[in-house]
Amino acid sequence: MQPTNTVNPDYFHKVVDCQWACPAHTPVPEYIRLIAAERYGDAYMINWRSNVFPGILGRTCDRPCEPACRRGRVEEQPVAICRLKRVAADYKEDIRHLLPRPTARNGKRVACLGAGPASLTVARDLAPLGYEVVVFDQDPFGGGMMRTQIPRFRLPESVIDEEVGYVLELGVELRQKRIESMREMLAMGFDAMFVGTGAPRGRELDIPGRREAAANIHIGIDWLSSVSFGHIAKIGKRVIVLGGGNTAMDCCRSSRRLGGEDVKVVVRSGFEEMKASPWEKEDAQSEGIPILNWLVPKEFTHDNGRLTGVIFEKVKAVRDARGHRDLVPTGEPDQHIACDDVLVAVGQENAFPWIETDLGMEFDRWGMPKVDETTFQCSIPGVFFGGDSAFGPKNIIWAVAHGHEAAVSIDKYCHGENIAERPSPLTNLVSQKMGIHEWTYDNGVANDLRYKVPHKDAAIALKDIRVEVELGYDDKLAFKEAQRCLNCDVQTVFEEKLCIECDACADICPEDCITFAPNGEEPELRGRLMAPSDNLTQDLYVSAELPTKRIMVKDEDLCLHCGFCAERCPTGAWDMRKFRLDTTQAGDGCRSKA
Amino acid sequence: MSYLAKPKFHHPAIPVNELGFTHRDYEGAISTLCAGCGHDSISAAIIHACFELSIPPHRVAKLSGIGCSSKTPTYFLGQSHGFNTVHGRMPSVLTGANLANRELTYLGVSGDGDSASIGIGQFVHAIRRGVNMVYIVENNGVYGLTKGQFSATADQGSKSKKGVANADSPIDMVAMALQLGATYVGRSFSGDKAQLVPLIKGAFEHRGAAFIDCISPCVAFNNHAGSTKSFDYVRAHNAALNTLDVITGRAPITADYEPGESRTVRLHDGGSIRLRKLDASHDVTDRATALSAIHRHNAAGEIVTGLLYCEEDSHDLHDRLGTVDGPLNRLGAAELCPGVEILERINASLR
Repeated sequence: MQPTNTVNPDYFHKVVDCQWACPAHTPVPEYIRLIAAERYGDAYMINWRSNVFPGILGRTCDRPCEPACRRGRVEEQPVAICRLKRVAADYKEDIRHLLPRPTARNGKRVACLGAGPASLTVARDLAPLGYEVVVFDQDPFGGGMMRTQIPRFRLPESVIDEEVGYVLELGVELRQKRIESMREMLAMGFDAMFVGTGAPRGRELDIPGRREAAANIHIGIDWLSSVSFGHIAKIGKRVIVLGGGNTAMDCCRSSRRLGGEDVKVVVRSGFEEMKASPWEKEDAQSEGIPILNWLVPKEFTHDNGRLTGVIFEKVKAVRDARGHRDLVPTGEPDQHIACDDVLVAVGQENAFPWIETDLGMEFDRWGMPKVDETTFQCSIPGVFFGGDSAFGPKNIIWAVAHGHEAAVSIDKYCHGENIAERPSPLTNLVSQKMGIHEWTYDNGVANDLRYKVPHKDAAIALKDIRVEVELGYDDKLAFKEAQRCLNCDVQTVFEEKLCIECDACADICPEDCITFAPNGEEPELRGRLMAPSDNLTQDLYVSAELPTKRIMVKDEDLCLHCGFCAERCPTGAWDMRKFRLDTTQAGDGCRSKA
Repeated sequence: MSYLAKPKFHHPAIPVNELGFTHRDYEGAISTLCAGCGHDSISAAIIHACFELSIPPHRVAKLSGIGCSSKTPTYFLGQSHGFNTVHGRMPSVLTGANLANRELTYLGVSGDGDSASIGIGQFVHAIRRGVNMVYIVENNGVYGLTKGQFSATADQGSKSKKGVANADSPIDMVAMALQLGATYVGRSFSGDKAQLVPLIKGAFEHRGAAFIDCISPCVAFNNHAGSTKSFDYVRAHNAALNTLDVITGRAPITADYEPGESRTVRLHDGGSIRLRKLDASHDVTDRATALSAIHRHNAAGEIVTGLLYCEEDSHDLHDRLGTVDGPLNRLGAAELCPGVEILERINASLR
């Protein structure tokens, strides 16, 4: 193998599994250390820069960081990264003085369509640079689906108000307007436009009885939004929720709070394949909501237009010759489940009925605008898409990541630059050594297992839809959970010129990560390491040849970042250096002719 | 050195031995020696040797004297018996322990000061008595704990860290052990575990006095230019006679060797050592060849390493003395007081 090129920012970035997995590349270990140091405001600001909505995401994020967390490979459970983010938001001091101030206008005007997380991110990134940003939304308040579709018992309105407020207070104008024509919007003469209108259409379930029993069959996201605005405050005693995603989980748990006593979730697929996050399924089940799998809705039954239940066909999964999974009937008799109301949460779609087809915008074969995956620009120069409206439904953190990239494109576009040239991230690598065995970070590895987040008593939580279920960690639990973080951003950096091959590092490494061996090709070399090395998603860190014709090979997979290799190294060939990577956002840094 | 305890977490897929232990189960407390000390590598080699041989840790007694080397038994085999003796007196305590309980595995760990100066008399007699033990000298040529004075094994002409040359002749522990009748003699280097681990394994499987002189650079006081016990010097002047694989009677392994280059030496309990010869002229079962190899390489300015000598059908102290089979603590009143009749018979034989 060739010596590892650690100058490539991706190398050390990949070692920070959580940051690499986060679409917005939030520097996770950095803010977790700040939480442990009770510097909640600073922890919040690191998040705010990267993901704009720490308080909201700390309650609702899909947390791609957690399955990636190295701790989950070292022991059973990852660090509760998401809930620690909430800790930063809950316990921070007033941080308003740390927010950017509106600056003198630069004369450029940008329109953001929709006031959801993607649009607000674009506004947050551009407004402090002097852009005049106008956010259009059909509702009078910002937040988009974060406000309309996420139930209050998961996300209190005050948190949305606060974090949407931080964006709007940067001098962003929120204008209530139902968008009906792209032509009209283009004619308003903005220098650039960002479309962040989300995926607002809930998928229909067109089976017999749908029209006849329509009064008691509701589309999930529309129903959630009506609940959110207080238009709906009650539901029948027996409720069936169709669908296995997070929206279905929100629907069933909301139903339990609005009078539903016998609420069931019915899903076509198996439990494991459901799209809902494991913790959301767990929360629903803990509120006494059974999840029934392998049942495909066949017909709504009704008594003269009054819904009486749903007939389901029992299915099983069968793989065809090409490995595709098919659901086929088991042949067992159909099952009828009686109910008073049905909530349909079987997916949602983007919809652009308001984009005229004669504007010169190119559409793909599903009728969606063609959007570049790097620049987020559609085929009309200066018009950008992001969030769910770009590539279909994902989640908030992806919308934020899209927003940042689109803001970079808009900033470059408005400065006449080539938007295809993307800025590289800002990186920094600094030794953390303070003494012979002293480091700036706490390198002792805590053995604690993941701490559970305390919940409100179910009897109280189920009575009022506005009562937040999760109480969040208190400061003591937060500290203990923060100490579980392995500080993967503090990198083990090896300098072969200093190595005397005393083996001290290989002897002390608790995970047997380090091997000194003759070089070879990667697959063969992996077979010769001190410990099995079969996680191919994790790189080998390889040195140049040492005097004894061997190389140093470190398998990054299970490294605890405990720094013992560096503590045992007599010559300082190993050092613990903190790798900081900040994605480049809109502004001088992203432009080539700054 | 580190203050923190080594993290308990280990790689989930590291191998376990016949007893169900991982090599981590053979560790001790975290070392307080200087970072990079050769002694820590020897500790790691002992850990790996015991792990690979599936030695039950509670059946090992580790004994040592005084010095950096003699601190190391704290850093391995945390579940074993230990005895930290007076300076240089490890061999007699080990001999006594061995006489009292022959069923334990004895590991004596000492240094060049402990064994070649203050305890040289003890070393000499334990070896010549053929005590069944593994005796490892962690040899760095200096007194590390008192800041780097030459020890008795420092080569004549080698330079101290301050640049002063050593005027005295060195004691060659390996040559002494051979002359004193040790039945398993090897020399190795802390920076070469591929050689050291099997050498230690062979010593554990051998019955009789097994002696290993392990050169172990002192990174603080004896790893500079002019030293003959530095990493660089030992690597540049290492003349290895052989490499070896230890095959225990319990788990025979088969490996392919080119004919004429390998030689099998029998051990007790059905085990054996498969040697790959690097020096074709060396006969590992001939004491005189071993001594001459040491002198020949010494004259050429080389450090000879590997298994130098192994007596195939060796005997230990208990064989020579005809002691009882089991440990003394299992002797009951009947054995210890055989009765008037026996006493009469003994008295009669003395008249």
